[in-house]
Amino acid sequence: MIKIEKRNDVPMALYFFTPFIAIILTILGGGIIFYILGFNPIEALKFYFITPISNLYGFSELLLKATPLCLIAIGLSFCFKSNNWNIGAEGQLTFGAIVGGGVALLFYNQEGFYILPLVITAGAIGGMFFALIPAILKTYFNTNEILVSLMLVYVSKLLLDYLVVGPWSNPEGFNFPETRQFSDSSRMPLLFEGLRIHAGIFLALAAVMLSWFILYKTYLGFQIKVSGLSLKTAKYAGFKGKTMILVVFMISGACAGLAGVGEITGPIGQLHRMISPDYGFTAIIVAFLGRLNPFGIIFASLVVALTYLGAETAQIFLQIPKYTGQVFQGMILFFLLASDYLLFFKVKILNLKKNELRH
Amino acid sequence: MSLDISFIGILIGSIMASSVPLILAASGELITERSGVLNLGVEGMMIIGAISGFALMVITDNLFIAIVGSMLSGVIISLIFGFLTQSLLTNHVATGLALTIFGIGLSAMLGKNFVGIPGKEFPILFSSLRESIPFFGPILFGHSIVLYFAFALPFLTNYFLKKTKLGLVVRAVGDSPVSASNQGINVVLVRYCCILYGGAMCGLAGAYLSLIYTPQWIENMTAGRGWIALALVVFATWSPIKVLIGALIFGGITILQLHMQAIGFRIPVQFLSALPYLMTIIVLVVISRDSRKIKLNTPTSLGRIFYKEK
Repeated sequence: MIKIEKRNDVPMALYFFTPFIAIILTILGGGIIFYILGFNPIEALKFYFITPISNLYGFSELLLKATPLCLIAIGLSFCFKSNNWNIGAEGQLTFGAIVGGGVALLFYNQEGFYILPLVITAGAIGGMFFALIPAILKTYFNTNEILVSLMLVYVSKLLLDYLVVGPWSNPEGFNFPETRQFSDSSRMPLLFEGLRIHAGIFLALAAVMLSWFILYKTYLGFQIKVSGLSLKTAKYAGFKGKTMILVVFMISGACAGLAGVGEITGPIGQLHRMISPDYGFTAIIVAFLGRLNPFGIIFASLVVALTYLGAETAQIFLQIPKYTGQVFQGMILFFLLASDYLLFFKVKILNLKKNELRH
Repeated sequence: MSLDISFIGILIGSIMASSVPLILAASGELITERSGVLNLGVEGMMIIGAISGFALMVITDNLFIAIVGSMLSGVIISLIFGFLTQSLLTNHVATGLALTIFGIGLSAMLGKNFVGIPGKEFPILFSSLRESIPFFGPILFGHSIVLYFAFALPFLTNYFLKKTKLGLVVRAVGDSPVSASNQGINVVLVRYCCILYGGAMCGLAGAYLSLIYTPQWIENMTAGRGWIALALVVFATWSPIKVLIGALIFGGITILQLHMQAIGFRIPVQFLSALPYLMTIIVLVVISRDSRKIKLNTPTSLGRIFYKEK
């Protein structure tokens, strides 16, 4: 007989262990899907999770993809911890890239050490500004932040599309929907010759350290955590709820903007339509898988980055669409949420005979 | 291009056609939300409905099976959401997002062999009347049966919620799950049913796109309509009739934007395409500012987890 009991408190070890259960279940689930589609599951999973990182170039690609995911997820953790559902990070990333890219284009024929910091700052401010829209509407007009932040994703993507086709398109570009190439001074320095991994990774690591400091060592972090646990308690304690909402959205937007600017000044080097393969949405999964913990997010961003790389490898070797990455990403979140059940409830398997004796 | 009366008739007809997927998905989601469940997986359920409908049409060559199958696939995929949120008590927002991401991925995987296959012509009703009556002909006649169903659905939904006992049960569960439970209503069961119904309508909305509106399979072909449908439910303050009006407005913007492009209107296409999204934000601000107005219809327990100690 199975008996389910509510736990009184969540065991911390289990809290950080269930993400691993979710990852294992996702790999098993992926194997089953590959089998149904007529592939050898072991071989397909090998192409997915081992082949992409079996050489140095692949490992650099993994870090390259994990960088924006980690940055955005760190920002989102501030929002989610305080119960603010910013799901428009993709829009904040895009707008950050537009503003940062605009600055880079101003200096397209100039060189100088000051250009890259300007571009990066502009990107962060752009993302911050874009995240302020749902935050202000939420605080002053009581508007649902989920829908507003999401609608703005489409607005920002259309704005980018307009700019790269119209006013910002490369005058010597034969009408391709892209801007000029940025000058070398607007590009992130590469860390190793021949690999695409760039200095943007230090931005992500700095964000991890800073967020750990803010969340666990400052009054603001305390406010954020209390508001997430109970809005009533936060009000009772006299926290300024509105200011906090604005601040967490600004942090989140700035991080997403940085991620966007990191992409265009890093591997891309110009603005065009496809600057992000939905990093802003996928980072939501990263934030959850990392348990909204700065160091957990580093680990989660590497795991989820691997699903991107795996999808690309599988597209080449197995001729399956690269959207399969999203199947894995969706499954990770499903299994993670499902395994959370174990955190709040104890599943006991009782021995029937003993039970009867007792009665 | 002259703006004569018959052209306006055709224009209205095409606006109606483009609003159908929005009406279907939003009406389904409205019932789900009325029971207190916020399912952000509309886009994912729609795209699964679109590929299932198209694939079944190609395999069986039977449109009836394709339509019913798309609704069933919507039910199956929403069952994942139902099981997680109702039985395993997961967060609605995160689960819905996972459903959308998963659905878009899975649909591309399933649809791999269906890209580039031409669709089949879907039968339209009263096609002779469409040609013979000026103005009203293209508005009232010559549409698929799904369109007629979609335009009846908001009225049926309204009747269901306001006049039937079951509708009352759904509203009670959404507004006060605890007292509903004390009255002997099985809250979880009601919510399961509403989630599955929402899934079926989203599946049908997807199939309308891949079988009727643009009869073919394209990866990611729902193109954000699921999110618009979600916004529509809020836009309509959870009232079925207003869903219909809202869907026509959004459908109208989509069609007008196409025609303005054709006339060579000087506003960039992207700005017109952004209009529905900006409109949704503006409407959200207008209706949310008045907290009494939004509270009147908002299901009180929307998105909250219900757990009954056994």
